[in-house]
Amino acid sequence: MIRFILLQNRQGKTRLAKYYVPLEESEKHKVEYEVHRLVVNRDSKFTNFVEFRTHKVIYRRYAGLFFSVCVDITDNELAYLESIHLFVEILDHFFSNVCELDLVFNFHKVYLILDEFILAGELQETSKRAIIERMSELEKLD
Amino acid sequence: MNPFSSGTRLRDMIRSIRACKTAAEERGVVRKECADIRASINENDPHDRHRNLAKLMFIHMLGYPTHFGQMECLKLIASPGFPEKRIGYLGLMLLLDERQEVLMLVTNSLKQDLNHTNQYVVGLALCALGNICSAEMARDLAPEVERLIQFRDPNIRKKAALCSTRIVRKVPDLAENFVNAASSLLKEKHHGVLITGVQLCYELCTINDEALEYFRKKCTEGLIKTLRDITNSAYQPEYDVAGITDPFLHVRLLKLLRVLGHGDADASDLMTDILAQVATKTESNKNAGNAVLYECVETIMAIEDTSSLRVLAINILGRFLSNRDNNIRYVALNMLMKAIAFDDQAVQRHRVTILNCVKDPDASIRKRALDLVSLLVNENNVKQLTEELIDYLEISDEDFKEDLSAKICSIVEKFSPEKIWYIDQMLKVLSEAGKFVKDDVWHALIVVISNASELHGYTVRALYKAVLTFSEQETLVRVAIWCIGEYGDLLVNNVGVLGIEDPITVTESDALDVIEDAITRHNSDMNTRAMALVALLKLSSRFPSISERIKDIIVKQKGSLLLEMQQRAIEFNSIVDRHKNIRSSLVERMPVLDEATFNVRRAGSLPASVSTMSKPSVSIPNGVAAAPLVDLLDLGSDDILAAPSSSGADFLQDLLGVDLGSSPAQSDATQAPKAGTDLLLDILSIGTPSPAQNSTSSIDLLSTTDYNKNPSIALETLSSPAPPHKATTSSAGMFDLLDGLSPSPSPEATNGPVYPPIVAYESISLKIEFSFSKTPGNPQTTNVQATFINLSPNTFTDCIFQAAVPKFLQLHLDPASSNTLPASGNITQNLRVTNSQHGKKSLVMRMRIGYKVNGKDVLEEGQINNFPRGL
Repeated sequence: MIRFILLQNRQGKTRLAKYYVPLEESEKHKVEYEVHRLVVNRDSKFTNFVEFRTHKVIYRRYAGLFFSVCVDITDNELAYLESIHLFVEILDHFFSNVCELDLVFNFHKVYLILDEFILAGELQETSKRAIIERMSELEKLD
Repeated sequence: MNPFSSGTRLRDMIRSIRACKTAAEERGVVRKECADIRASINENDPHDRHRNLAKLMFIHMLGYPTHFGQMECLKLIASPGFPEKRIGYLGLMLLLDERQEVLMLVTNSLKQDLNHTNQYVVGLALCALGNICSAEMARDLAPEVERLIQFRDPNIRKKAALCSTRIVRKVPDLAENFVNAASSLLKEKHHGVLITGVQLCYELCTINDEALEYFRKKCTEGLIKTLRDITNSAYQPEYDVAGITDPFLHVRLLKLLRVLGHGDADASDLMTDILAQVATKTESNKNAGNAVLYECVETIMAIEDTSSLRVLAINILGRFLSNRDNNIRYVALNMLMKAIAFDDQAVQRHRVTILNCVKDPDASIRKRALDLVSLLVNENNVKQLTEELIDYLEISDEDFKEDLSAKICSIVEKFSPEKIWYIDQMLKVLSEAGKFVKDDVWHALIVVISNASELHGYTVRALYKAVLTFSEQETLVRVAIWCIGEYGDLLVNNVGVLGIEDPITVTESDALDVIEDAITRHNSDMNTRAMALVALLKLSSRFPSISERIKDIIVKQKGSLLLEMQQRAIEFNSIVDRHKNIRSSLVERMPVLDEATFNVRRAGSLPASVSTMSKPSVSIPNGVAAAPLVDLLDLGSDDILAAPSSSGADFLQDLLGVDLGSSPAQSDATQAPKAGTDLLLDILSIGTPSPAQNSTSSIDLLSTTDYNKNPSIALETLSSPAPPHKATTSSAGMFDLLDGLSPSPSPEATNGPVYPPIVAYESISLKIEFSFSKTPGNPQTTNVQATFINLSPNTFTDCIFQAAVPKFLQLHLDPASSNTLPASGNITQNLRVTNSQHGKKSLVMRMRIGYKVNGKDVLEEGQINNFPRGL
């Protein structure tokens, strides 16, 4: 199960934080700080998995953004790496060549996409096309 | 009205915040916006609510507190329009979590929305519920969600499935309600619903055993068929990732099959085909393929045994190990740790690769590889592995050295085939990474060294050489000092040279240089210096020729600023000066520290606390002085209370003289002054109950159950926390008691029944005394320490002691401490006698001693009949 998903830039600013386990605000800030520190210093040749407290964080860097997913210790890391990539592809498609600024100004939409992709810490849909279609239906309602 | 399409206010706010150059500026802008929002909330204007909430969410993401917006979420959720609801639910999920009581207020709205006609609204509600519902809400709304699993729209079905997953996690009791619905989901064609259905089933199986049984019986075959279908399916562009159709679904299905097959042979049988197919057919050049293979291997490991499948799995892991991609290697190392459990051989084949992974630049891989290596070690490969690991230790990073050295030490300790190898390896580790080695490790090393009496000479020489090169490693220096102190004479006289050693000559003053260096060097810590002082005391007895220099060093330390050092220096100096007669007996060789007992205590000991090392030693003198002289003379007190902290660590610390004011002085019963011995023993028996600071836990030796069972505890094993120390630090009266006492065999000690030492032989020129001890648990064997005392004014050289015993006894002689018996001096020799007629016949021995005096050979012989009964 996914415990939280973080999108952070290289300076440590959190662009998206979705928690599937309850945490106090201060704890959340601490977690974000720690994950950022763990992830930002790692060489690109190293593995994409780091141990974090009693769980593990699977991360990948896309341009200036780190996508970090914290999962239970027994989960399949390679599969979550794939799911991070799928999420990035969806964002890319939705925003047409996404950049960090798109994510900043349209943060509410990013959350909506995420909610269509992952629910309760588990994958909800594996087809990029299905998610994009759903998003366009929802946009029409607005 | 859509807050985002007009959007100027939200976008403007974001722009203005981003335009701020400093944090203070940003705080100002945020404060202003929050004030506006609060004002707007107070006005209760529905039009701006959604925009306000959107702004609030952004501010929240920046890290500012936004509690005042929580009620706005609720109001928005309760509004009729879809956009308002959407932003309301979004805000709810962002600003609140399940632990807030405000969440309860939403339950009613949620219930209504779950029954809404607009399926998008239903979707919103399910989403919110699935992400943050609490246990009470889950209980309340479970029936609604259950109903929705069968909804006509697949989007709702999949959301409902995942929402149920959360509900079941929060409230496991509700699991039974969802079983039927879940099993119907497994027949879906739509991938999204299928994957969520599989997820739900997995969750149900892990939580509820009956569900597990149900799924196992009913659904295994269906699942296998589904997996087969997608493995064999044609190219589906929608789900394809790197040539695999929907790898996520593959992975989830495999995971569910794992749970179903684990522990059940029939189910496992059904799966073998498809698992073999997935394992062999999946392409592994891309991450997606590897993810599927990884899950497949995990499943194979978990289900019931089919050896061919397992072989397949380990081969896959072997391939992973040699992959260039770090991720794959990491995953392989992880899995191999589990594989060792049932196929050690196969994993051993990859030992070399794994060893190379220990040297990898990536820290995660190094750690995993090291864990794996320690699982791989067995008696056959331990030497080779250790060699490689130690080689790597020299070049590894500082932060890794600690882990690595700890692992090497534990491997060496568990698997070492012979003592000499163990000592060698430990020496190497200490030389490289001494400062990372923990205390109990080098304590154990010392126990082993003292037990390996034939290696004493070798060890002390090796340590001497090592210390010359690696004098910065604190632990190495400590072990070396202890050994040089104990076995200095072996070092200087080149005793016990093994064939493999290079000959070195070490003079007494060389050995002394090492110790002096340790004391005077500025970065030695206090324990090292304290140990060095003790070693000096021992050497002052063993190296009589340079005792002046030793005395000088000790005297210099009298002015040390460290209290511990000062105290020891003063005491030792007075021993050296005024108590030459008991000095040699005080610093006799340490008795062999019983390994078995040590290990037991160490295993059961409290986590090695508190450096008792660093406790100030101030209270010791006070403590002892406080015990009135009357108590000291109380001969009858056999009550030896255990000191509170009787940990193995303390026990050894005292013996090593590291602990406060303790010196590994020996009270050899045969040598110590008669009355003095009584007093000393009494002090020892009183010593423990005295103030807690006085960690005289060597008394614990006597008080442990092991020893108590064994009646004959030799006084030798009373390595006391410095009876001279106590003697010297308490009132001067004590000194007088000790002064002027001549060595003579003492009568029974007062510490429990022990066999009294005897005078085995006495003539005008030579006296031989035997003192006895028994190894605990072995009543037939007696350890005898024979002391040869030269009563004549001439020196005896080439002393050889021979003994013969009747057939029912077995005799073993250790080498004597020396072959030269100086005038009025003594040498000791240990014997071991095993009495096969223990209890029926007592010991009897014929002995002969030959020596040279003034160039003449002399032979003295006699029969020893006065062994104590019961030996």
